[in-house]
Amino acid sequence: MKDKKIVVELSEVTKRYQIGTNVVHALSGVSYAFESGCFCSIQGQSGSGKSTMLNLLGCLDSPTSGSYFLNGQDVSKMDDEQLSAVRLSHIGFIFQSFHLIPQLTVSQNIQLPLSYLGWNKDKSEDRARELATLVDLKDRMDHRPVELSGGQQQRVAIARSLANNPKLILADEPTGNLDSATGGQVMEVLLELNRQGKTIIMVTHTSEIAAHATSAIHMLDGKIDRIKS
Amino acid sequence: MNSRLIEEIATGFKTLWLHKLRSLLTILGIVFGVGSVVAMLAIGEGASQQTLEQIKRLGSSNIMIRSIKSEDENQGNRVRFPIYGLTYEDALRIEFGFEGIKNVVSMKTLEKEARLGRNRINLRIVGTTTNWFDVVTRPLLAGRILSREDSLERKNVCVLTRYGANKLLANEATIGQQVYLGSNVFEVVGILNTEDQLAGSSSMQSPDQPIDAYIPLTTAQAVFGDIAVVNTSNSRDRSLVELHQIIVQLENSDLVLSGAKSILRTLKMFHTTKDYEMDVPLELLKQTEKTKRTFNTVLGSIAGISLIVGGIGIMNIMLASVTERTKEIGIRRAIGATRKMIIRQFLIEAVILTITGGLIGIGFGVVVPSVVEYFAKMPTKIPLYSIVLSLGISVFIGVIFGLYPAWKAAQLDPIESLRHQ
Ligand SMILES: Nc1ncnc2c1ncn2[C@@H]1O[C@H](COP(=O)(O)OP(=O)(O)OP(=O)(O)O)[C@@H](O)[C@H]1O
Ligand SMILES: [Mg+2]
Repeated sequence: MKDKKIVVELSEVTKRYQIGTNVVHALSGVSYAFESGCFCSIQGQSGSGKSTMLNLLGCLDSPTSGSYFLNGQDVSKMDDEQLSAVRLSHIGFIFQSFHLIPQLTVSQNIQLPLSYLGWNKDKSEDRARELATLVDLKDRMDHRPVELSGGQQQRVAIARSLANNPKLILADEPTGNLDSATGGQVMEVLLELNRQGKTIIMVTHTSEIAAHATSAIHMLDGKIDRIKS
Repeated sequence: MNSRLIEEIATGFKTLWLHKLRSLLTILGIVFGVGSVVAMLAIGEGASQQTLEQIKRLGSSNIMIRSIKSEDENQGNRVRFPIYGLTYEDALRIEFGFEGIKNVVSMKTLEKEARLGRNRINLRIVGTTTNWFDVVTRPLLAGRILSREDSLERKNVCVLTRYGANKLLANEATIGQQVYLGSNVFEVVGILNTEDQLAGSSSMQSPDQPIDAYIPLTTAQAVFGDIAVVNTSNSRDRSLVELHQIIVQLENSDLVLSGAKSILRTLKMFHTTKDYEMDVPLELLKQTEKTKRTFNTVLGSIAGISLIVGGIGIMNIMLASVTERTKEIGIRRAIGATRKMIIRQFLIEAVILTITGGLIGIGFGVVVPSVVEYFAKMPTKIPLYSIVLSLGISVFIGVIFGLYPAWKAAQLDPIESLRHQ
C-alpha cells in the first residue's frame, strides 16, 4: 500500500444540506485515500451518501468542511471556474441514466469534452472514432442517442468520459438501468480500462459487480463503516 | 477558435431547428421590426433623393412668383375686366431693390395655336427676357437662344422645344422656318431640349414646360399686348395681366429664404389684394424633411415596438429553452463547461434567432418599398447602411435579450440540473 501513489484523498469531509430548520448530514466526516489505478466500489443503502461523495470526488460539489486533494491539489478551496477546469481535464463521469445530449449525434456527444478543450475538428473527430471503436460503436457514429439501446447509450457515455483521457473515472451506478447481460458488457469495458491503468471509482448496489473491485467501501449514514481490500 | 465558433453555430441551428415553428414564431417581432427599419429608410431615402433632384431642376437658389386671380375676384362679385398679377414695375422693384440678386426673369405667358404648313399644336408662348436662358438652363439642340438684339428690336423670333419642334417641323434641324403663333409669323431661331416632368413631382411646377415657345418679352408686349381674351361659350372674358411669372435667382441658396421674405414684404406693400403666389424650391427640402420626420416617427415607433416585443419574445423562448434543457446544461457543466461557455452557447442561439429574423426582415424591407414604388409611384432607394444597421440591430437585440436567459442557464447548479427530469 505504501508504494502505491494516491490520486484522491478525502480527510474529515462533511456535507450538510439545510432545508428550512432541518439539517441533513449527507456526509459526516469521511476520510479515505484512493490509490492510483484502483477499482473501488462504493456500496451502501439508499440515502447513505454515495452519490454525494462521488459528486464531491468529481468536483461537481464542494464539501461543507474538510479537505479533498486531487493529484496533490487542494480542490475543496477552488472556485467554480477552477472546478470546471479540473472536471474538464482530469475527470471522466459516467451516470446511471447515461446523460447524453439528445440533439447531438453519438460522435458529437463523444466530442463534447474535446470541443470545450478547444481541440480542432479533425483531431477530435479522429479521437471520437477511436473511442467509438473501443466501445464497439464504430458504425453508430451518426446516430442520435434515442436510436440506441440502453447498453449502447452507456457505452457512448463511457467513450465520452474517456475523451479527455482522464486518470480518474467516476461512475454512479453505471449498470443500474441495464439488464444483467448488458450490465456485464459495460463492466467488461470498465475492467479493461482499469487494466489499462485508469483509476475507477464506482457506486453500485449489486454485490456481484462489487466483487470485481480491487477495494470496496461500504457506507452507512454518511460515514464509511466497512472497507474491504 | 474560428472553426469552433462555426461548430457552435451549427449546433445552435440544429437545436433551434428541432422546434422550427416555435423558432419561426419567436422571430416574427424581429422580422417586422427590421422590415420596418429597412422599408422606412428606403422610402425616406427615395423621397430625399427625389426632392434633391427636383430642387436641382427648379434651381436651389431660385424664387418663383406667379400671378394668380385674387380670392375676391375668383368668386362672388366678378369684375368684368379684372386687372391683376405681377407688373413690370414689380420686376424692376425686385431687381433693383434687393441685395444679392443675380437675375430677375420676367415672363408673360399665353396660349396660342402654332401652325407650320398643315401641322398645328397648342403652345404656351413665353415672352421672356434673355436671361431666362441663364436661369432655366436647358441644352440647345439646334440654332441659338434669344439675343439682346432680338429683345431690343422686338423681333418676331422664337425658340421652340424639342417637343414643339417635333410636332411642327418635319426636320428638327430646320432653323429659320416661319411658323404662325396665333396670327403672327415668327422665325424659328433655335430648339431647346426639355425633359418631361418628373413623375410624381409635387405641386411645384418647373418654370419650363415641354409645350413652350420662347419669344422676346418686348415682342410679346408689342404683338399680343397685355390683355388676354378668353372666349368661353357665352362670353368673352378679358383680363389684364402684365407678367405671369417672375423668377428671381439669388447669388446663392443661403440668401433664398431671407430674400423670399423681403420680396414678399415689398410685394405686399404694392398690391392691394394677394394676386400673386410664391414658390421657393428650397422649401421643398423643408417640406420633405418634415414629411420624412413624420414618416420616420410612425415607422420608427412601429419598428421600435416590434423590436422590443420581438426581443421579449426571444427572451421568453430562451428562458423556456433553459428550463427545458436544464438537464443538458447539467451534463455540459458536469463534463467541464464553465459558466462562460454556457452563456456563450445560449447567446449564440439567441443571436442566431435574431439574425435569422433580421435577414427575413431585410427581405421584407426590400420587397415592401418596391411595392410602394409601384403602387404609390414613390421612388425608393435602399441605402447600404440600412442593411448593415439592421444586422447590427439584430445582433444587439439577440445579445441584450439573450443575456438574461443565458446568465440564468449559467447560474444553474450542476448537480441539481442533472437530477432535473
Ligand atoms: N440537494 C440536496 N438537498 C438536500 N438534501 C440532499 C441533497 N442531496 C442529497 N441530499 C440528502 O443527502 C443524503 C444522501 O444522498 P445521496 O444522494 O448521496 O444518497 P445515495 O447514497 O446516493 O442514495 P441512492 O442509493 O438512493 O442513490 C440523502 O438523505 C439525501 O436526502
Ligand atoms: Mg445515488
